[in-house]
Amino acid sequence: MWRDALLVAGKDLRIELRSRVVLNQVAPFALVVLALFAFALGPNRAPMVQAAAGLFWVAVLFACVLAVQRSFALEAVDGTRDGLRLSGLDPAGIFLGKAAAIAVQLTVLEVLLALGVVLFYGAHVHSYVAVLVACAAGTAGLAAVGTLYGALAAGVRVRETLLPFLLLPVVAPVLLAGTRAWQVALGTGPGGDAADPWLRLMLVFAAVYLAVGVMIFGPLQEAA
Amino acid sequence: MGEPMASAVSLRAAVALTGRFPVLAGIDLAVAPGEILVLEGPNGAGKTSVLRACAGLLPITSGEAVVLGHDLRRRPSAARRHVGMLGHAAALYDELNVLENLRFAVRAAGAGVEGIDGALERLGLVGRLRRTSVGRLSAGQRRRVALAVLLARRPALWLLDEPHAALDAAARSLLGEIILEAVAGGATVLLASHEPEAALPLAHRAVTLAGGRVVDERSLGRLVTGPRPVGPSAAAAAAAAPLAVAGDVHVAGDVHVAGDVAVAGDVHVTGDVHVA
Repeated sequence: MWRDALLVAGKDLRIELRSRVVLNQVAPFALVVLALFAFALGPNRAPMVQAAAGLFWVAVLFACVLAVQRSFALEAVDGTRDGLRLSGLDPAGIFLGKAAAIAVQLTVLEVLLALGVVLFYGAHVHSYVAVLVACAAGTAGLAAVGTLYGALAAGVRVRETLLPFLLLPVVAPVLLAGTRAWQVALGTGPGGDAADPWLRLMLVFAAVYLAVGVMIFGPLQEAA
Repeated sequence: MGEPMASAVSLRAAVALTGRFPVLAGIDLAVAPGEILVLEGPNGAGKTSVLRACAGLLPITSGEAVVLGHDLRRRPSAARRHVGMLGHAAALYDELNVLENLRFAVRAAGAGVEGIDGALERLGLVGRLRRTSVGRLSAGQRRRVALAVLLARRPALWLLDEPHAALDAAARSLLGEIILEAVAGGATVLLASHEPEAALPLAHRAVTLAGGRVVDERSLGRLVTGPRPVGPSAAAAAAAAPLAVAGDVHVAGDVHVAGDVAVAGDVHVTGDVHVA
């Protein structure tokens, strides 16, 4: 399973390195979303700082949808989806590999978006640990659930519009918990260890969807 | 070692649906290990569906389907690692180069990468072509890469859907050699084709499909001998087997025969005939 996961992740990341779709299209899109929110909130920095945590995670969710769509678009042309099924790879390995590749891409996007939040909104980080743990857990959860729903939508013709419709409601806990944890980390929410329950929720979310993905990706791939 | 399989592929009253439409409507088909079987029939007859069902890509909803000893009704994916399919699509990643595509496919199948260089060389994918993105290749070159994947993987069951499409004359001849070598190495080949002049000379048997069933079956005279050495070319290999043809023969080029040929119908040859 791990060997297959490494193989699939390496393949997807190599394709991204060649095509640079996430770097040249998804990252600018996410930064534009941040900039548009900044315009919408007006020239006063106070509301922007207050909203920075939530806007960061909204931009991450939008970017996640695009990254997942891109990941499964690779398997939608020239019979590569059938090729992947025929390859004999362990479905759990395919799931973990695709999720890992999406997670790497999301991590790069989150670094850029975090810089954007600091530059556009003037936010200051008070707890780097909370920021990092929230990003790590959120990324793992988003990549896992995104890979599952990406596979689910992959078999239908209207997958481009179906995926956001299916995925965004499911990742609401990540948006909520990530925002709360980041509010603590950016000093715009309650202090102390108020981020802890939200971080735990994100870790549980990631663990549950990773476990579910490992178990059901095979049947899902066959049924989709 | 277990007992040798009676059939590499055994379909009995197998039914497969696409939506609610039966693309396989109770088909019975048995393919012996080491056999080359050509599937013929008009568009929509079920040729591709048979290949996809044997690959475990098309679920069998009733009847029996056993491929390489694996019951596909219980586990459709069981035989996949031992099955290679060349379909209408090449199943290659445009952004990866030829070598990277081969490495991924071969490693995914759990095969050794030592056969990759030989496969690429055999298919003429050498020099700069090895490092060229597949997206920049012509249709024929993509077909060659897909064939190189099969050659490097060395599956036990080859499922070839219109394998001659997009190939030039040299590549078609090479394809024939590769198929005969694969069978000599113990593989079984199912070949769906609309080009009998290219496919039938390779085959032991041909079946005609219509409406998702076998409606006609004929032996092409060559004996299924299992693994055996083949000569340096497809022509030599084909000539090494006894040839008996029940119908007419139409040949567009020269004919070189080292043994006997028995033909029950007419023979039309536009080139020379050399009989040793």
